[in-house]
Amino acid sequence: MNLRTFLLGTCSAVALAGLAQAETLTIATVNNGDMIRMQKLTDDFTSKNPDITLEWVTLEENVLRQRVTTDIATKGGQYDIMTIGTYEVPIWAKQGWLLPLDNLGADYDVDDLLPAIRSGLTIDDKLYAAPFYGESSMVMYRKDLFEKAGLTMPDAPTWDFIAEAARKITDKNNEVYGICLRGKAGWGENMAFLTATANAFGARWFDENWKPQFDQPEWKNALDFYVKLMNDAGPPGASSNGFNENLSLFQTGKCGMWIDATVAASFVTNPKESTVADKVGFALAPDTGLGKRGNWLWAWNLAIPAGSQKVAAAEKFIAWATGKDYLKLVADKEGWANVPPGTRTSLYANPEYQKAAPFAKMTLDSINAADPKNPAVKPVPYVGVQFVAIPEFQGLGTAVGQQFSAALAGQMSVDDALASAQKLTEREMTKAGYIK
Amino acid sequence: MARNVSTQRKIVVTVVAWTIGILIFFPILWTFLTSFKTEAEAIASPPSLFFFDWTTENYHEVQSRSNYLLHFMNSVVISFGSTLIGLIIAIPSAWAMAFSPTKRTKDVLMWMLSTKMMPSVGVLVPMYLLFRNTGLLDTRTGLVIVLTLINLPIIIWMLYTYFKEIPGEILEAARMDGASLSKEIIYVLTPMAIPGIASTLLLNIILAWNEAFWTLNLSAAKAAPLTAFIASYSSPEGLFYAKLSAASTMAIAPILILGWFSQKQLVRGLTFGAVK
Repeated sequence: MNLRTFLLGTCSAVALAGLAQAETLTIATVNNGDMIRMQKLTDDFTSKNPDITLEWVTLEENVLRQRVTTDIATKGGQYDIMTIGTYEVPIWAKQGWLLPLDNLGADYDVDDLLPAIRSGLTIDDKLYAAPFYGESSMVMYRKDLFEKAGLTMPDAPTWDFIAEAARKITDKNNEVYGICLRGKAGWGENMAFLTATANAFGARWFDENWKPQFDQPEWKNALDFYVKLMNDAGPPGASSNGFNENLSLFQTGKCGMWIDATVAASFVTNPKESTVADKVGFALAPDTGLGKRGNWLWAWNLAIPAGSQKVAAAEKFIAWATGKDYLKLVADKEGWANVPPGTRTSLYANPEYQKAAPFAKMTLDSINAADPKNPAVKPVPYVGVQFVAIPEFQGLGTAVGQQFSAALAGQMSVDDALASAQKLTEREMTKAGYIK
Repeated sequence: MARNVSTQRKIVVTVVAWTIGILIFFPILWTFLTSFKTEAEAIASPPSLFFFDWTTENYHEVQSRSNYLLHFMNSVVISFGSTLIGLIIAIPSAWAMAFSPTKRTKDVLMWMLSTKMMPSVGVLVPMYLLFRNTGLLDTRTGLVIVLTLINLPIIIWMLYTYFKEIPGEILEAARMDGASLSKEIIYVLTPMAIPGIASTLLLNIILAWNEAFWTLNLSAAKAAPLTAFIASYSSPEGLFYAKLSAASTMAIAPILILGWFSQKQLVRGLTFGAVK
């Protein structure tokens, strides 16, 4: 072997070794506080796994949903790990688009995951996505306004009490509105709230034969109640309000109550952002005495697309990001109040967390009260509390949401909105083959 | 003879022009001001225009979270690359259609424009599959190709309109003097059409810089331009207006500066042939 051959061989070996060592994971994720915090803490992961480097693609939720759906449906292979919601997991797993997470390691403690969250991510006894943070919905209210009005918020209020309190608190001359609720059209906007609320009123999207139920009295009761309450005690222009708009109103002291995602608790109690940080109380989402509370269940989860070439490295990362040690890492670096909530039982048993997050118990109770497999009072053929886990729901939910938003804006009557929702849902479900 | 314009009329015209200018510029000014507010001040009602605690915290946050330089370079390569390649293809085609028209020239022009009438999302999946099969997903080359093709009809149309204003006799004279086709285009036509070409160039760079459908859908981590950089700061849950405004200001600043320095060419080109 001459010197030239030896040098060439050595160089090739070094290059090949380099190639074999450097494995880059591309992770698609949503822009929210917990995810951004994780990106900043990944040095901990890369120092423990020097052979893995991470590339982040952070996008707004709706852009991300379109982007990852296109990629997974066409087997584009752009991402090694995808951040997806509770809605996508059962649909994608059934399509064979996701890999089951079988090797998260011995110390992952999958039984520590909150049962309600875990059940939404498990199909045929296999976990297809690991929850990074979970949320439900609850009532956030202004303790000072309640005190002034001589009201006491129960831990588990009824809708009648909420409506009465909202009307009593409302002081339109001083721009204080009794209640702020979602009105902006969209399957993840007003329909998330209204579908969950309708469950408490005994309504459901479909009967056991997939026949739409908007022509039933339960839906009329729910929508009538919502529109009247918002007209009497809601802010002006409520039909354009989503999560962020209501968050702004609540933080600037213009809402007496706000019923929305539990994740909002950390925003409204943050004195840097909220002018009412020290005046906020929490209660479970209201019911009507029929046995179902109008609280939803959602989690952002990490999953591996089928056909991924880097399964082992991706599983390592998912185990790190959704494991118990990660919660401790966040607590050490940023404090217990900033730990991603709603995924692990052990977190809620931790006294330090309970002390740092006054909303912890209410969040846990809300998550535990949600049952995605039996969301309504009557039996349903679908899974999902504030959505129906079928591929058609995104389009249907948004179309129905537009009718309900128009009813709230006074552009059409509640009866017309329900009739229109019934008609368009029947048409779509027949076209999709659910109704024979 | 110069027209006599009364002082009163001058004042009215000036005030109207400034009002329209400020109205058009206001959203950009608002974005710029919001980028220096805290998230709480960004949503304050009533909002304060100038009297708030100015902070550069959002810019620090954006800098520490994102690789601005990578996104910026991707935007530069994609927008300049696609526009230059588009011009190289469009100049000869526009020349042919302006100076040697056939019966079908108008139809060809309309057909080219019709490709812009289809909603982009209608061809997303076929395009995505093509890109996947050719290995062009998340590459600058892929985005340059797609933006060249998208903007080509507009470039050809603009150049065609400018070339039509140039008297064909001048080119004929050059030909009589023995100029070859390439010399005729390079030494005679191009210098005369410089204002038109310059404004086409600038307008298409701006269009390519701002293109947010294909650049978002066909890129991931490596080739993502500034449109993806902005999209990463919007959020349905949580306050983001101040950070989004900082990211938007950083994304539009380069093209705004380019537009500012080249506004003379831009206006000259856009009004080229407007007055006879």
